[in-house]
Amino acid sequence: MEIFGTPRDSLVSRLDPRSRVVAAFAYAIVMSFCRSPGALSVGFALAVALVVAARLSPPKLLSRLVLLNAVFILLGASVALSLPGEVVWQIGPASFTREGLYRAMVILLRANAIVLCVAALLGTMEASRLGFALDRLGLPSSLTHVILFMVRYIEVIHQEYHRLRNAMRLRAFRPRCNRHTLRAFGHLIGLLLVRTLDRSERILAAMKCRGFCGRFYILQEQRLSSHDAVFGWLFACALGSVIVLEVLCARL
Amino acid sequence: MHIADGILSAPVAGTAALLAAGGVAVGLRRLDADDVPRVGVLAALFFVASLIHVPMGVSSAHLLLSGLVGLLLGWAAFPALAVALLLQAILFHFGGIVSLGANVLNMALPAVVCYYLFGRRLSRATSPGAAFALGTAGGVLGVLGAGLMMSLSLLFSGRAFLGAAVAVLTAHVPVMVVEGIVTGFVASYVARVRPELLRGRMRGV
Repeated sequence: MEIFGTPRDSLVSRLDPRSRVVAAFAYAIVMSFCRSPGALSVGFALAVALVVAARLSPPKLLSRLVLLNAVFILLGASVALSLPGEVVWQIGPASFTREGLYRAMVILLRANAIVLCVAALLGTMEASRLGFALDRLGLPSSLTHVILFMVRYIEVIHQEYHRLRNAMRLRAFRPRCNRHTLRAFGHLIGLLLVRTLDRSERILAAMKCRGFCGRFYILQEQRLSSHDAVFGWLFACALGSVIVLEVLCARL
Repeated sequence: MHIADGILSAPVAGTAALLAAGGVAVGLRRLDADDVPRVGVLAALFFVASLIHVPMGVSSAHLLLSGLVGLLLGWAAFPALAVALLLQAILFHFGGIVSLGANVLNMALPAVVCYYLFGRRLSRATSPGAAFALGTAGGVLGVLGAGLMMSLSLLFSGRAFLGAAVAVLTAHVPVMVVEGIVTGFVASYVARVRPELLRGRMRGV
């Protein structure tokens, strides 16, 4: 269930999932406060360093970034157009202001940096390990159980969905923008829903037969190692310098 | 459909995260241990259904199904949508981890409203026609609410987002129509095939 294929052995993959979750959230929170170019570029560099350390496959990452940036650039352009200020660039009726372009750049840099960091730290993790890590970090156990069930059954439901779609294709179904398509999709989801809910009843019964009493026992032993400690200190220093830069720039 | 990280202002993202956490807590408290598998597989279904694209003219729209989740789960829509959106943010980078709270609140709050307005009536619906009407209403309200809340959270983050907020709301209108009709057909299908599923076997909610 990870988008970048089986995680390669890398500096990041050897970290405990918990430290990766904490680091990713800390980074994203700090970056959402940043507005100054200095702090944003240091933060961006940190994200790139993490991507290199995680040995993500560049083509996959790039194609994803291109898709996301199409949306970010549209949003940035609308922001650049709607802020009043000194006009620096005029195309027909559209005038880009200095303040607007600056604001758009901040958004673009910030959004890309956080995407890179999340891809490096969390995107390389198996989804079930993420569930266990969140459990250990003190999330309510019923919530982590929902995560684990969802992760387990996404694949199953996805296969079921493909089976039904293939059956529809065999009967020459082609989605169009008409009532028939909407009805067919409605019935498709209805059938998936009925089967999904039936499945959940069977799962519950099977779990009760095996003595489930509302707890999952996690067999994978996770220990924070010296590797995590080194990463933690380095990461804290880097993030600290981003904060210092941001505060300094805000004062100036 | 989702707001990415780095776009909302920090106070807006923070407030939304707190409210969403409150909603998740309420949802979990009302959840019986026996309901957990049901919520988990419904979250998985929500995740998979977002892959279904309906062609519309030159482009296409994917289904949201937050209204359907709300109709069936009530307050448990909060935890279900929270975990599905978390995974979407991490695996596909749709949405984000700081804006997760805002995205959850934007989708789950209208979903809970759907439950109180239509979901409880849907569980007593006797005919497929009535189920269709209630399902359509729930699907429309789910998308309309999500679009409104998303535009509002952009506007709260700054006047500069006015254009983006209007664009978001406009983009939700065709989705709303498609989603409403599809949800209506889902409800009438289930009412015909397995009416007891609509009776709500959730113990807690």
